[in-house]
Amino acid sequence: MTALVIAEHDNLSLKAATLNTVTAALACSSEVDVLVVGNAAEAVAKAAAQIAGVRKVILVEADFLADQMAEPVAEQIVALAVAYEHVLAPATAHGKNVMPRVAAKLDVAQLTDVIKVVAPDTFERPIYAGSAIATVQTADAKKIITVRTTGFDAAAATGGAGAVEKQDAQAGAGKSRFVSRELTKSDRPELTAAKIIVSGGRGLGSGENFKKVLEPLADKLNAAIGASRAAVDAGFVTNDYQVGQTGKIVAPQLYIAVGISGAIQHLAGMKDSKVIVAINKDPDAPIFEVADYGLVGDLFEAVPELVKAL
Amino acid sequence: MKILVAVKRVVDFNVKVRVKADQSGVDLANVKMSMNPFDEIAIEEAVRLKEAGIATEVVVISAGPTQCQETLRTALAIGADRAILAETDAELQPLAVAKILKAVCEKEQPQLLIMGKQAIDDDSNQTGQMAAALLGWPQATFASKVVIANGEASVTREVDGGLETIALTLPAVVTTDLRLNEPRYATLPNIMKAKKKPLDVQPVAGMGIDVAPRLKTLKVAEPPKRSGGIKVADVAALVAKLKNEAKVI
Repeated sequence: MTALVIAEHDNLSLKAATLNTVTAALACSSEVDVLVVGNAAEAVAKAAAQIAGVRKVILVEADFLADQMAEPVAEQIVALAVAYEHVLAPATAHGKNVMPRVAAKLDVAQLTDVIKVVAPDTFERPIYAGSAIATVQTADAKKIITVRTTGFDAAAATGGAGAVEKQDAQAGAGKSRFVSRELTKSDRPELTAAKIIVSGGRGLGSGENFKKVLEPLADKLNAAIGASRAAVDAGFVTNDYQVGQTGKIVAPQLYIAVGISGAIQHLAGMKDSKVIVAINKDPDAPIFEVADYGLVGDLFEAVPELVKAL
Repeated sequence: MKILVAVKRVVDFNVKVRVKADQSGVDLANVKMSMNPFDEIAIEEAVRLKEAGIATEVVVISAGPTQCQETLRTALAIGADRAILAETDAELQPLAVAKILKAVCEKEQPQLLIMGKQAIDDDSNQTGQMAAALLGWPQATFASKVVIANGEASVTREVDGGLETIALTLPAVVTTDLRLNEPRYATLPNIMKAKKKPLDVQPVAGMGIDVAPRLKTLKVAEPPKRSGGIKVADVAALVAKLKNEAKVI
């Protein structure tokens, strides 16, 4: 049976997390469709149809779907799920918001943060902030899954030739209403898709230092900027920077942790990075236990020196 | 307005969990158990809404074995008025807990059901959304601000790109994120007072709900170990390693 991937998008462009989810779907089933739920999202559907391995794209548009509220989006997925054995979404804020709702409506379990498809009914997922990996088998006929994108390679964004099929929307629930959105504007790469991430912690001391020290390094490396929970809690940066168990899960080619001690909750979000660099003045900081290259020293001297040396 | 808060008893967040040698699970023998930290935030928020005169009663519920009474007493010490234990020794997965919460909501008729966005043991992040779906209520997950007014909950949510504010018609479900509030410490007098607050034990077996697990855990293994690397002497050595050995810049 075919698998259905829920596209991650903002009505304008398809987000990269969708590509990793398609790869996970192809491990479950040889036939994969993509569902785009939104409004005026034709460009997203066209992009999804180009993904290698995608059979067709279903586009469901309505004005009440523009903000992708959990209730009406879940209704659209539930209506279409009848034809699919696997329904997968990336484990983003949106995917985690919507998919449990879908699963409950279908009276099936949901599998969160799947990192490996062992068999079409058996999956690996991290538990206890990644301190253990559970292999779980579902007894339900339908598998509702969120995919940890770092567990799967991205499918090729081009090469596919899927058709786009428009379908009518199911009526919206109307008990929730979108009010406003404050998104961080940045010209830097997206945190979850970046090849290099420069990440800062409590050691930076203030929001001002965070900017002053890390931005030149990120500029030089064309890197995204991340943060530990401590830095976000202290108000140095906003929540969307947070890397960790309850923030974003990242696995870049290079992760540079600056002034981050390395609590297990933070390591849970970045320990699958290819190369980890830690700069910290405390030689006993746990971050050094996972770092490929550790530099013990004052970050306020080391980072500017690093910028100059690059 | 009545608020129902759901709390879970989990391994304390400071405990380093160990996988059992036979890979059947993690070792929970003699491990310190506490309230799921996100649920503490949920209790705190409900108590603040009561202190602000918006809520009239805060009821706390937990589902699980008899030891969950300790977790409920903690919630009562923070300021909840009474507690319900849906008691069972069976393994409860998120869908089953959502069904229990639905049944309790139908009886208690709260205007708001609040709980943590995820439990730090199974990291599922499902129960709130599932309960909302089963009840046909709107939901606001990952809340960092909650304002109740005119029969609506206006909730600011932490989403991937920043913040989003949505309005829900009550009754509704809210799941809490880290920055919603900082939970207070229960004071000794309040801990003493909590011992006298009502705690109603209701066997899950008598609720007529199918709580059988849908997911079977075949194996629990250690994650691949990342071997620590080396310490470099200075920035020049670091740059050389990144260029010549790791080849990432």
